[in-house]
Amino acid sequence: MTDVKVIKTAAETTLANAFAEARARLPGDDAIAAQREAAFELFAKEGLPHRRIEEWKYTDLRALMREAKPLAGAPDAAARERAKTAGALLGDVETRRLVFVDGVFVAELSDLSGLERGLQIGSLAAALAEGDPTVLGHLGKLAPARDVAVALNTAFMGDGAVIRIGAGATIERPLHLLFVASQKPAATFARSLVVAAPGARAMIIEGYEGPAGSEYQVNSALEMVVGDRAHVDLVKIITEGADALHVSTLAAAVAANARFNAFTFTLGGAVIRNQMFLNFDGEDTVAGIRGATLLKDRQHADTTLFANHIAAGCQSREVFKAVLDDDAHGVFQGRIVVRRGAQKTDAKMMTRALLLSERAEADNKPELEIFADDVQCGHGATAGALDEELKFYLMARGIPAAEAEGLLIQAFLGEAIDGIEHAGLREALMERVAAWLKARG
Amino acid sequence: MALLEVTNLHAGIDGKEILRGVDLAVKAGEVHAIMGPNGSGKSTLAYVFAGKNGYEPTAGEVRFDGKDLFEMEPDERAAAGLFLAFQYPLEIPGVATMTFLRTALNAQRKKRGAPELSTPDFIKRVREVARNLGVDQEMLRRAVNVGFSGGEKKRNEVLQMALLEPRLAVLDETDSGLDIDALKIVADGVNRLRSPQRAFLVITHYQRLLNYIVPDVVHVLSRGRIVKTGGKELALELEARGYAEYQEEAVA
Repeated sequence: MTDVKVIKTAAETTLANAFAEARARLPGDDAIAAQREAAFELFAKEGLPHRRIEEWKYTDLRALMREAKPLAGAPDAAARERAKTAGALLGDVETRRLVFVDGVFVAELSDLSGLERGLQIGSLAAALAEGDPTVLGHLGKLAPARDVAVALNTAFMGDGAVIRIGAGATIERPLHLLFVASQKPAATFARSLVVAAPGARAMIIEGYEGPAGSEYQVNSALEMVVGDRAHVDLVKIITEGADALHVSTLAAAVAANARFNAFTFTLGGAVIRNQMFLNFDGEDTVAGIRGATLLKDRQHADTTLFANHIAAGCQSREVFKAVLDDDAHGVFQGRIVVRRGAQKTDAKMMTRALLLSERAEADNKPELEIFADDVQCGHGATAGALDEELKFYLMARGIPAAEAEGLLIQAFLGEAIDGIEHAGLREALMERVAAWLKARG
Repeated sequence: MALLEVTNLHAGIDGKEILRGVDLAVKAGEVHAIMGPNGSGKSTLAYVFAGKNGYEPTAGEVRFDGKDLFEMEPDERAAAGLFLAFQYPLEIPGVATMTFLRTALNAQRKKRGAPELSTPDFIKRVREVARNLGVDQEMLRRAVNVGFSGGEKKRNEVLQMALLEPRLAVLDETDSGLDIDALKIVADGVNRLRSPQRAFLVITHYQRLLNYIVPDVVHVLSRGRIVKTGGKELALELEARGYAEYQEEAVA
């Protein structure tokens, strides 16, 4: 076989130069440096993911990412100031805020006072600098090394959150990881780690936002360990600025008898790729993986889920809803794999897209791969317009067309959003949906 | 002047003419029944009044309270006081009955220039109406018509009618699929709403409903035209003799 010389795109060249320039000052010991080198090598070999890579078929980063922005560097005072008003979407939901501006932890904007017993919060940069053994032990173990977006994150990771929840600890106040982009069109690579010990209970909100008019680029990854009997709820809220490119990854390992819920709310950004790699390693866990996506104009959002049932007796429910207006493009790829040993798996995946415009496009690709013989699995996918009969029924009661559509759209998304256990958060998201509908007119 | 004035109405679906010159005048306070065999155009008439997509008027006019009905969107017709009780009320998963009712009532009030009802006032109002109609409060807590029996769905239509207080209510085969007890409950609900200001157009295939909602005028609709008009005794006549003679008459 002959080596094919791949011509690098401008973005790929910029990333290579950035890595050469930054590698020496990125945090971490030799082992971490070696991890970075290996990751970058994969990128150098593969290049940006493109449409001929099956997992990236609908989101051709090589085409969509025409240039790579320079690494963000430390946030300036103006960016910190703006970050103070971030997170307004949550309304009066009480959280413990951990603020990251351009991927860098900002302690003075974060709430680190009176930590509950069993809760430890730190920054990745500090953990790497100190050589924190827990962090070194977990980092890169969960996120798939072969994925190029993850590899780029590993190569460039600078800062992020490190959260540890001790055995049996219940953290009442949701932890709000708020990633705010500043005005400068820069690239950020945040990497976070959450380790929930056996019996721990916590809710993590992972929010992303930034200004419109800036073509900033976010590549964020979160690795999560959910211990035996732990109960973790994760809610990711992607409300980036209108011109942003956002790629984020969740990689989680869920142990026995745990409860794990992951919800993604996707609303803002020009190009969004949200990927999830979930391993159900322990028996009898119950998981709810859901998402609601609202897109308009020329927005593109891709949700790619890989649910890997390894242990027996786990239940997972996947419900993803997308509302697509104007020229928007929504993608859902969901793959459930049931390994030979994962008998009595009960997995059901449903994905539905609602097209509000004739130009909007939905690609739904649910897949099931089953290697065990005693399982209950199913999947379904639909894409269609609003039900005109229902709309007429509402209008016949005096409800104007736009409001009737709004009610039906809220009901459509409600099926996914209602899976969030936190009532205040459910309401906050429904309010954001209502605002989106109102702006639609 | 009549509340509803229908003059030489022609209408159809997909270019197929179904109504072929309907003339009808309903005054406030009156109850009119429209009877006819299957396929005579009864439901088409109801949908044309309410403004359903695809039910296109091709000639003639309909004036509601003096205004051209076809100039109005379905929601504007409702706000003007036209109500259609559906033959097959739809289930709307995910939309709470209370949200639906409040949105409808306040949208109509807003269009009429009346202040919106506050949530507590609204809840009081709905509870009162539900109590009067013997509607279980439990029904109000569910999504619109989801999991309702046929009888419950029809009762929910009457509840909406009572809450929205229309000037003209069109009942499209409200008796279909109801047993005699459910029929009595629904008819009783309608009778409570009869008033000198309000008119009803009761569309039905069978005379049975008209034992409970006694009409002032009965029309026979056949092949898209009103071929006979009489008093309430006409309904009994139809029950005894069937529609055969009217079908022939319409062809002739």
